[in-house]
Formats: sequence, C-alpha cells, structure tokens
Amino acid sequence: MRAELFITCFNDTLFPDTGRAVVEVLERQGVTVGFPFEQTCCGQMHYNTGYQSEALPLIRRFVDVFGDAEAVVSASASCAGMVRDIYPMAAEQAGDEGLARAVAALAPRVHEFSQYLVEVLGVDDVGAYFPHRVTYHPTCHSLRMLHVGDAPLRLLQNVAGIELVELERADECCGFGGTFAIKNADTSAAILSDKTRNILNTRSEVCAALDTSCLMHIGGALRRGRAGVRTMHLAEILAHTQDGG
Amino acid sequence: MRVRVPTPTFQRSARDALADTQLRTNLARATHTIRTKRAAAVAELDDWEELREAGRAIKARTLRHLDRYLLQLEESVTRAGGIVHWAPDAGAANRIVAEVAQAHGVDEVVKVKSITTDEIGLNTALTRAGIEATETDLAELIIQLAGESSSHILVPAVHKNRAEIKELFRAKLGATGLSDEPADIAEAARVHLRAKFLSARMAVSGANFAVAETGSVLVVESEGNGRMCLTLPEVLVTVMGIEKVLPVWADLEVFLQLLPRSSTGERMNPYTSVWTGVHEGDGPKEFHLVLLDNGRTRALADPVGRDALQCIRCSACLNICPVYERTGGHAYNSVYPGPIGAIITPQLEDSKSADTLPYASSLCGACYEVCPVKIDIPKILIHLRGKAVAKKQDQGWRAKADPEVLGMKALASVFSDRSRYERVQKLARAGQWPLVRRGAISRLPGPLSAWTTVRDAPAVPEQTFREWWRANR
Repeated sequence: MRAELFITCFNDTLFPDTGRAVVEVLERQGVTVGFPFEQTCCGQMHYNTGYQSEALPLIRRFVDVFGDAEAVVSASASCAGMVRDIYPMAAEQAGDEGLARAVAALAPRVHEFSQYLVEVLGVDDVGAYFPHRVTYHPTCHSLRMLHVGDAPLRLLQNVAGIELVELERADECCGFGGTFAIKNADTSAAILSDKTRNILNTRSEVCAALDTSCLMHIGGALRRGRAGVRTMHLAEILAHTQDGG
Repeated sequence: MRVRVPTPTFQRSARDALADTQLRTNLARATHTIRTKRAAAVAELDDWEELREAGRAIKARTLRHLDRYLLQLEESVTRAGGIVHWAPDAGAANRIVAEVAQAHGVDEVVKVKSITTDEIGLNTALTRAGIEATETDLAELIIQLAGESSSHILVPAVHKNRAEIKELFRAKLGATGLSDEPADIAEAARVHLRAKFLSARMAVSGANFAVAETGSVLVVESEGNGRMCLTLPEVLVTVMGIEKVLPVWADLEVFLQLLPRSSTGERMNPYTSVWTGVHEGDGPKEFHLVLLDNGRTRALADPVGRDALQCIRCSACLNICPVYERTGGHAYNSVYPGPIGAIITPQLEDSKSADTLPYASSLCGACYEVCPVKIDIPKILIHLRGKAVAKKQDQGWRAKADPEVLGMKALASVFSDRSRYERVQKLARAGQWPLVRRGAISRLPGPLSAWTTVRDAPAVPEQTFREWWRANR
C-alpha cells in the first residue's frame, strides 16, 4: 500500500508533530508514505470565506500535485472534506469540465486519516498505548461532511491504558469555523465557552479530535484559562506505544 | 420624509445579544427542548430520509415550473370563487390588502400568524392607512404588545421567559394579579382576543401551502386562533410567497409529515385549516389571494441560491444552529433569522447588513442535516459569501485598501508558489519572537487580535513538517 500525505498548510507550519504522528502510525501499518513537496494549501479558507476566484488556482494546484496518487491521506478532516465535498461544486461553478472530471476521479481517493485506517486498511487497533484520561470531540466536518461515524472512537477504544470519557453535547460545533472565529469573534467565543465547559466537566487531561484547527481554537482557550487540559490530534495518541514510540 | 437608518451588521448586533445573560439562558433552554423533541419525533419514522428526499424533489420540480403552477393556481382559486392578486413587491402587496379593507369600510383586522406579512411590513402599512391589525397568535401578540419584532420563525417570542410575559400582560392588557402559570397567561390573551374575533370583519393570513390543482390554501397552527380568523370574519385575505405553491393535493401527504415533526416535534399539528375559494353560508363570503414576489424570482434565477426557496419555514435549522442558540434572532436584523434567514434575506434584500448574514455561520452543517427538504444551507452560505466578496471587490479603490481583501490576495499568492510558501513559513518563524511567551502568543496584532481576545495562539515551531521530512527521509 502506498499513500501520499496531504499534510495541509496548517499542520505543516503550526503542528508538524501531528504530521509526524500520522506518518508513524501509517508506516507501522505497512503503508509506504510519500510526501509531494509541491503541495501548499487546498484553498479551503479562501473558498469558504468567499474568495472563490482566489481559491480556484489552489484547487487546480492540488489536483495537479495529487492527481496520480494511489491514495491521499489527510491529517485534517475539514481539508479532506474540502476536496471531497467542495471541489466538485467549485469545478462546476468555474465551468471547467476538465477540472470537474479530474476532481471526480481524485476525490474518492482522498481520505481523512481515521477513515483511511478503518475503512480502507480495515484496521481499528493500531497497537497504541496511552495511559491518560481522554475525551473526544467529533469535529463538524468529520461528522457531517465526511461521515466518519464511529471510526475514530473505535480506534481510541482499542488504545491500551486509555480512559475514554464521553463528552456531553459532543456533536455540537466548537465555534471555530475558520475565518468565522475572526469575523464573528464574539459569537465564536460564546460557542467555545460551552464546548470548553463540557470538556472540563469530563475532568480529562486530553481533548482529542481529527482537526488541529478546531483544536487550536479549543486548546487556545484552555491554555488562556490555564485549565491544565491539553489538546491532541487522534494520530498523536495512536502514535504512542508501550515501548515509548 | 422618512430617515433611513442603516441596519447594523450581524457582528454588531450579535455582540449586544451575547452580553444579555437572561437572553442566553432563555435561548439555550428553548432551543435544546425543541431540538430534543424534534429528534424524538423524527426517529419514530423509518422512512424519514425518503420523506426528506420526496419533499426536496417536489419543491425542486415545482420551482422549475413555477410559472405554470402559479397560473394553474390562479385559475383554480378563481374557479372556486376567490380573487387572485399579483404583487411584485412589498408595497404592492400592502396596497392590495389596504384597498380590500377600505372597500369594505373596515378599520380593524385580525391576523393569523404569518411571517410573509412581517416581511412586507403589513401591520405598519395598515396602521398608516388607518386600519388596526391585531395579531392573534399568542407569541405574535406578545411581540406586538411589546412593540418588538419576532426573533424566531415558529416561536416569535422565544427570547422571552414566562415572568417577562406576565409583566408585559399586566402592563398592556391590564391583567393585574396575573400569575406566571402558562394557563393563566393564555387565559389573559384569550379574553383579550375573543372580543377582537367577534368584532373584526376582515382577517389576514399567510399560507403554508397552496395546491395548484384544486386552488386550496392551507395553514397549520397549534392554538386554534388561526382557525377563528379563517372562519369568523366575512372577508379573508391571504398573502402568500409565490414559492409556497404545490402541484397536487397528494403532495400534502409528504409535507404534512415533514413540517410538524421538524417544527414543533409533533406527529401532527393540532390545527390544519384548508379552504378552497368561498362557500355559501360557510366561512368568509369573500376570499383574496395575494401572490407575492418581492425578490423571489430574482433568487430563482440563481442556480445555487434558488434552493433556499424550497424552505417550508419549519425552523429546525434555527433550533439546531450553534450561532442562533447564542445570539437569538434579533441579531440577524432580518424577518427570517437563523441559517435559513442567512441565505434568504441576502437574496431578497440588497443591503450591507444582509451581506453580513452569510458570515453568521461556522459552517458546522447541523442545519443541512435537520432540514426537512434537504436545503444544503452551508453550500448556499459559501456561494453567497462569494457574491458578497465579488460585490466588495467591485467597489474599486475601497476594496484595494481593505485589509481582508489584501490579506486574502497575498495569501493566495503565497500558496500558489512552493518556494514563496516555504519562504513565508521561515519568515513567520523568524519574525514572531516579539510576540512569543512560553511557546505561545497571547496578543496578535491587527485584525488577528480578535483571535487572542479569548484564546492563546500557538507559536510557529522550530521545524516545519516539510523540514523534518527533508532532514529525516
């Protein structure tokens, strides 16, 4: 099996540890991981904020870079959702039939990390060890755009030593929403307060999710409040092993 | 001369609403209660997804052939003894209603709950024509007495709690000694309204559906006050958006299942009133149907935006929305609040305020998931954001100086070239030192400062992922 890592600009620049963890977990499953250096950004922020003509070259670039890949694995659920769900609409709106065809061919091969493990590789126990109290926040795009279902939870449940605590109102948005967090900062903060309150109520040490962008938002508030709770991408938990991996 | 005060942006109004702790409590309680009820009512049906698809398909087909169905509706209504009027805009619709009242020498009308008549500002227009309009839906009455506007499609007074309503009725209806028991509050309204029902000679309603095949018009409600309006007065005027037409009677089978379960979380709504023209010795002697465009045909011309016209006004998207739950409906400054308002209002109304509505969403997708006619609200929001940005960029020199436009263009250029992208990664790391304390940033400059008002930002780490890959692979 071979998969090209779609690291996303966000993880590449701000959360390289998430990328390293994804690589470690995939390689442990016998996957040969490649990294196309020409990749930059999928265009999600531009497209979703309304800068659709600025996003279009980035969409074309993504399709060029990853077009021939056997499989593409993304460390971000919302970026994977962008390619699978929004690219077809973008190609159609641009009136570019060639791009639409290329997107239709590529999109089904672009996978979010946990979905790739569970649905493509058929693995829900990666042999991880993580002796901590953890709660899991299902991010909106993983839940409602990609329909990851219980894939990430199954992976977590099979982690040795983990104490998994259910998060109340888990399927409610955390209030991040990309540029929404800046453009509607007050509303974003109000939604975030309820999310962090529910996280704190679980008395967990760690809040895990499939998107470091939502986690940057949640973790940033937890850190500002000196709450003593850290955020981790699912891959970082799965990368931990008994022999200190 | 009327002075036009520009409507505030969503951001501005939301800030005020978010600071109101009583409002936050009222909204959280109400939205979560109704959300849970809806989920239970929907879970009872194992063909819910098929019903949603049927609802979507019927609405989409109707909108594709709207011209034909509207003409058929006109013919059917006329044949049944009704009178059909075509209103291209709010002003025309208001004039038609006022003229009907004046022709009958009527100076008071009773109203069935109707958002469409709020959209056209009918009550104000009637007052100006010397006609007093009384809202008979309990929540609408509360809003009218308080001199406020509705904050929810289904429950217009959702922002108020019982104690606040009791105080209002004490002050406005002279109901001294009123308790805050729901039954007592309802009784005070009943006493007040009964006199109106008996004296008013004309009623105004909206419509949930109208059937082109038969000319029947339908209203669903919970209180029975609507039925009083629809049956007691001599003259009935219904103002209906042109998108509410359905081709055939059998289509109601789908929508009368979708609507109550999605809106009130009930299997069936308590009152469903249907009328077809006029009948000797039974109900109103005269029936007028006002078909309202008011921007709808313009929305219909937009291949993406037109799906918003499929809406059956159930308000499930409001109740599930994380934004609506915190800000309430008034922050939208729009007759149609919540996610559906954020895609309808900017298409019906051309204003700066309306252009901020598509941004009043985190694109979480919960609205799409609950929509009974499968309107992909997030996609339409994104589409309308595109239109808002295009409009902004058309403003010439002003757009060139806008920090958001500048930032977005600069980033797009950075991402379009690998070496430029890698250079900027290095620059960010090198240039961040004045801001970083203990591995994080607690105060960002410029527009990004909105991030750090309540959150820390991570510092750019020592090594990007690609640098690690280069060094280790």
